[in-house]
Amino acid sequence: MASINMDKLGKVYAGDVRAVTDVNIDIADGEMIVLVGPSGCGKSTLLRMVAGLETITEGTLKIGDRVVNQLEPAERDIAMVFQNYALYPHMTVFNNLAYGLKNRGFKKADIDQRVRQAADMLEIGQFLDRKPRQLSGGQRQRVAMGRALVREPAAFLFDEPLSNLDAKLRVQMRVEIRQLQKRLATTSLYVTHDQLEALTMADRLVVLNAGRIEQLGTPMEVYSRPATTFVAGFIGSPAMNMLPAEYMRGLVSADSLAHLPSKADLIGIRPEDLSLEPAKENEMSLSGRLMLLEPAGAESHLHLAFEGIRETMVVRLPHVPEVTEGSTLTFSIKREKLHPFDLATGQRVT
Amino acid sequence: MQTKRTTFSSKWLPYALLAPQVIITLIFFIWPSYQALVQSVYRQGDAFGIRPPTFVWFHNFQALFADDLYLNSLRTTFIFSVGTTVLSMGIALLFAVMVNRMIRSRDSYTTFLVWPYAIAPAIAGVLWWFIFNPTLGILPYMLDMVGYDWNHRRNGNDAMIMVIIASAWRQISYNFLFFLAGLQSIPQSLIEAAAIDGASRMKRFWTIVFPLLSPITFFLMVVNIVYAMFDTFGVIHATTEGGPSQATTILVYKVYRDGFVNLNFGSSAAQSVILMAIVIILTVIQFRYIERRVNY
Repeated sequence: MASINMDKLGKVYAGDVRAVTDVNIDIADGEMIVLVGPSGCGKSTLLRMVAGLETITEGTLKIGDRVVNQLEPAERDIAMVFQNYALYPHMTVFNNLAYGLKNRGFKKADIDQRVRQAADMLEIGQFLDRKPRQLSGGQRQRVAMGRALVREPAAFLFDEPLSNLDAKLRVQMRVEIRQLQKRLATTSLYVTHDQLEALTMADRLVVLNAGRIEQLGTPMEVYSRPATTFVAGFIGSPAMNMLPAEYMRGLVSADSLAHLPSKADLIGIRPEDLSLEPAKENEMSLSGRLMLLEPAGAESHLHLAFEGIRETMVVRLPHVPEVTEGSTLTFSIKREKLHPFDLATGQRVT
Repeated sequence: MQTKRTTFSSKWLPYALLAPQVIITLIFFIWPSYQALVQSVYRQGDAFGIRPPTFVWFHNFQALFADDLYLNSLRTTFIFSVGTTVLSMGIALLFAVMVNRMIRSRDSYTTFLVWPYAIAPAIAGVLWWFIFNPTLGILPYMLDMVGYDWNHRRNGNDAMIMVIIASAWRQISYNFLFFLAGLQSIPQSLIEAAAIDGASRMKRFWTIVFPLLSPITFFLMVVNIVYAMFDTFGVIHATTEGGPSQATTILVYKVYRDGFVNLNFGSSAAQSVILMAIVIILTVIQFRYIERRVNY
């Protein structure tokens, strides 16, 4: 068990290619931090720097009380779950789990006991004599998890471990990994490009873009107060609607936007913050023409167009309304639910 | 798997297209093999046609296995094949591992290491003949400085070492290519996982990389043994001519010598038949076990 401290971490590859810039993250003991961002944002590079698979070119990395910048992966007391699982194909499941323990000189009886304990925890006990190729995707995923936790390392590192699974299994494994991590209370760093995975699994999540931290916070902080337009667009599905403030002024009554700072020239609205109820006090109303209604069972997505504006808007309702496409609908939204941004810098303004 | 069936407009066209390969196989493989099979059970007649060839059943084979020279040649062939295979595969694996670590210079190293394969075996033999030449070669000169008197014309062991090196040299290129391809097909994440699991560089190689290469290693082993037994005639002919005192007379060289130099066609044919049987066995082993030996 240990904390992880990243102090101004950076990575510059040969030829001045910058992958990671000025990353400061303090991961508390037992905490699960999720790194999320689009492909190429540097999240995997950052994880591999913590693992010791990439050299650290700037800053200091501490695991527990030790500075580990120069240490080999094996000396950092971490375990990693790879995207393709990286199970040793020529070894049985038992030997896959035992390999790290054997290399560290554990006694045979101790190895046996630890492997069986981990296998029981992950319900892979009956597969111990099989080779990885005889297992299904979900079972391989469990073996990869088992290999990580059998050593009882100071930290778990996950590199998009669920991206090779089908949708149903992904949800199941997501829950299992999170439950396991909470039970073991092992410090974890988890990389994913899936914003839903990030929101559901993280104690705190880090949104990365172009090698920099866009925002660090609890899932609800990040969701309800995105710090930049990038975060606003990346976290949440359907994505947040973004309308220039000048268009908004033409759509709503003049005093509706008076509470927003003057620098706010881009207004974000979450699709689920709009409702078909009439506007009450502290709410504003807004009308648009319904172009498309997408019913999705428990909820529905309404695509709206506005007179004289190219931008469209998506509204998410928790039911499927009785409306016809082509009609004009009036929605209401609480004034404090508007997200003001500065178009030039992309930053939230308060 | 279903293959697409092509329809030919003429009934004879497919036969015509197959004909060149079939004719070549018949003339250069089936017919000589048949001749060898027939000759191996005859004692040849004399050169003047006075005494016709006589049918002697398996006398030629019995004579061979009672012949110390032949048994000695079998032993020589064994040592030579194993030596050549181990040497060429060992060095090729070493090179492949080293080149695989390079990133930018990998392709140029590969090109240079593959070049020897393009050199004819007899030329390579002459090259080594010069290098090892006891009177003007550079290697005996250097060995002399450390106090070793190299002379492959007198010393059978020296001669054996020379033909093994000369034969292995060319095969290193071939093996290198296969090992390199094999190494590149091993996912990097496996090596990284092993590194995190606390395995040292050497341990990673022997517990992860080498086992994963085993299908290729097995394939190359068979190919190299076949090469050493059958394809090294040129090297031996250009360097030692089987000497000194038959120390480097491998089976193939003995077939040539007994048949074309000593003109003992019956014995030579019997030896060819034995060689043929060895090739067939090796090929069967390769085809039967290469799939099974893949251990992942």
